[in-house]
Amino acid sequence: MSEEILKLSAMQLDALREIGNVGAGNAATALSQIINRKIDMTVPQVSILPLGEVPEVVGGPDAMVAGVYLRVFGPAPGSILFLLPRDSAFYLVDMLMGRSQGDTQLLNSMDESALMEIGNILAGAYLNALSYFTKLTLLPSIPALAIDMAGAILSVILIQLGQMGDHALVIETEFTTEFDGVKGHFFLIPDPGSLGTILTAIGVK
Amino acid sequence: MMAELIKVGMADYKVGKNPASLISYGLGSCVGIALYDSITKIGGLAHIMLPDSTQARSNENPAKFADTALPLMLDEMIRMGAVKSRVTAKIAGGAQMFTFTNATDIMRVGERNSEAVRTVLKNMDIRLLADDTGGNYGRTVELKLDTGVFRVKTIDKGEKEL
Repeated sequence: MSEEILKLSAMQLDALREIGNVGAGNAATALSQIINRKIDMTVPQVSILPLGEVPEVVGGPDAMVAGVYLRVFGPAPGSILFLLPRDSAFYLVDMLMGRSQGDTQLLNSMDESALMEIGNILAGAYLNALSYFTKLTLLPSIPALAIDMAGAILSVILIQLGQMGDHALVIETEFTTEFDGVKGHFFLIPDPGSLGTILTAIGVK
Repeated sequence: MMAELIKVGMADYKVGKNPASLISYGLGSCVGIALYDSITKIGGLAHIMLPDSTQARSNENPAKFADTALPLMLDEMIRMGAVKSRVTAKIAGGAQMFTFTNATDIMRVGERNSEAVRTVLKNMDIRLLADDTGGNYGRTVELKLDTGVFRVKTIDKGEKEL
């Protein structure tokens, strides 16, 4: 079988973008309320990229990032990854812990928990939208955190996709906070079989 | 003059000759395999993602798998003038980036990649000189073709030369 994601129609891609839009909108609202800052969000990009090019989205495979990773369970399993440049992650921790900007240079276990909790809340908000559209029950796993090179962190997801093909369907949104420039990328990467399930559920098969 | 730096992407391999260097950035659960002939100073660097092409549903890109990438890369080195009996290997990568309490096979892919690479090298009768695999951190690897040194850089676990 050649790769199903290379055969998606414009309408199917639009539907996925709309799900990404509402999901990321929910997540951005949640984040905005937690840190009490206005958050700008880009219109989600739905891209089909060769696996090796995915790290370029976040600044190349050797960019230093913090990643919160969750598995999605249910009828349409997949992965969610919230990636932030390391400096943005540290600044986000400053905000969450009530420190002044630049105070956080190393994460203690409390800081790590806080970042994972953010990942958890964002994933929950995102999955709510996806569940609403698809009427599928989708549940996130507990989050896991790593601070490392973008390529290394993304490899976890890319390897899973690599078993089925050479391309990744990436639904990606960039967040930016007003004034202080915390940036983050939110990725939803459906497992290969899940895409059909999602598209069928929303009626654009 | 700067020596040429040849980049090797994920699921790819490249070969080269002194004074070039081969580099691959941000290996996580993938494994970087450096093959080197110290007399002709010809070498290759592969960045494999998966252990076994026969287990995967899509195996159109042979550079993605340990079992298919290494023989192809060695052939290319031999065509450039390397001699197989002199070729040795150094490997790095195969980390488990995220720790979950109930680690599934998906999570253990780094370990399985490293094991597969060792098996393939053994089957190809290539001596493994250095092995820096495992852990929970990313690595950038560089094979310097003037010396055969395999440099492994990490973010906070230091840098080493194999």
